[in-house]
Amino acid sequence: MSSLRPGNVGIVIVSHSPKIAEGAADMVRQMVGEAVPLAWTGGDVDGGLGTNVAGILEAIETAWSPAGVAILVDLGGAETNSEMAVEMLPEDRRARVLVCNAPVVEGAVIAATESSGGSSLAAVKRSAEEFYA
Amino acid sequence: MSLDRVARERLVRALAGSVIEHADELTSLDQAIGDGDHGLNMKRGFEAVLATLPGLADKSLPEMLKAIGMTLVMKVGGASGPLVGTFFMELGKALPERPSRADLVAATEKAIDAVKARGRSEAGQKTLLDVLVPVHGVLAGGGDAKAIATEAAQAADRTTPMLAIRGRASFLGERSIGHMDPGSRSASLLIGAAVETLEFEVNT
Repeated sequence: MSSLRPGNVGIVIVSHSPKIAEGAADMVRQMVGEAVPLAWTGGDVDGGLGTNVAGILEAIETAWSPAGVAILVDLGGAETNSEMAVEMLPEDRRARVLVCNAPVVEGAVIAATESSGGSSLAAVKRSAEEFYA
Repeated sequence: MSLDRVARERLVRALAGSVIEHADELTSLDQAIGDGDHGLNMKRGFEAVLATLPGLADKSLPEMLKAIGMTLVMKVGGASGPLVGTFFMELGKALPERPSRADLVAATEKAIDAVKARGRSEAGQKTLLDVLVPVHGVLAGGGDAKAIATEAAQAADRTTPMLAIRGRASFLGERSIGHMDPGSRSASLLIGAAVETLEFEVNT
């Protein structure tokens, strides 16, 4: 769960499975190295399969960038919990965090690649969502 | 309606107990058409709520409801955390300290709207809204505690033949038909526990 280069859009990966979240983050790192702030979270608060708002808030903080943060999620609960987490952010940050409607692994890699070129948050989201559209 | 500290604590314990005692049933309903974690998730959430007693019941009714909602949001772990948590949080925001029945009708309507927005869903999609919406209708129509509890249980039953449109069960398509929605069941348990406690308060 590391981060660097504050100028580029941050990427947060949220999966029900911590193994999937971590593995997707590894694939992102392999593509873009340290060029984008990146964090992952997965599992419920007891370590079982699931997602949790506190973990997502922490990941957003870790991957925070003034350019914003794109969140990639897997199944329904990950999306609902991510949207809840975004609403709980301080008001000045809320509009700079977007949940992408894209597959979690492919979306994360595409979003990070787009971010590493210095693209805006909107462009990063669009790229992730267009990949399979 | 005015709930003193003892009554508030009794309400919290009844809400939590209703879900915790039925955790296995909720899990088996969720195993049929979901990911099988609803019972455990709700149990974890309400155990976390119980752990905030006795301080929780020292708060006013609105503040207590908001605190319950926040704990559920942070601890439940599935989509039901934000959904049920949002319901409690919005109810707390909308209710005065000593709500009239009209206040309760208006506040639950706001809370239901917030749940619809959070889940981008409406009644008829085999979710907890299929309990919340008809129960609100009975409440708004002047139904007593018994009528409300009966409607909650029957509304949950009515989700059995429904086709899931939202949530994990929607992946199953027509195979979701024939199983009660676990979120509707937990909503009906919570409503049943709430009205039973509140009726007790009114009668004593």
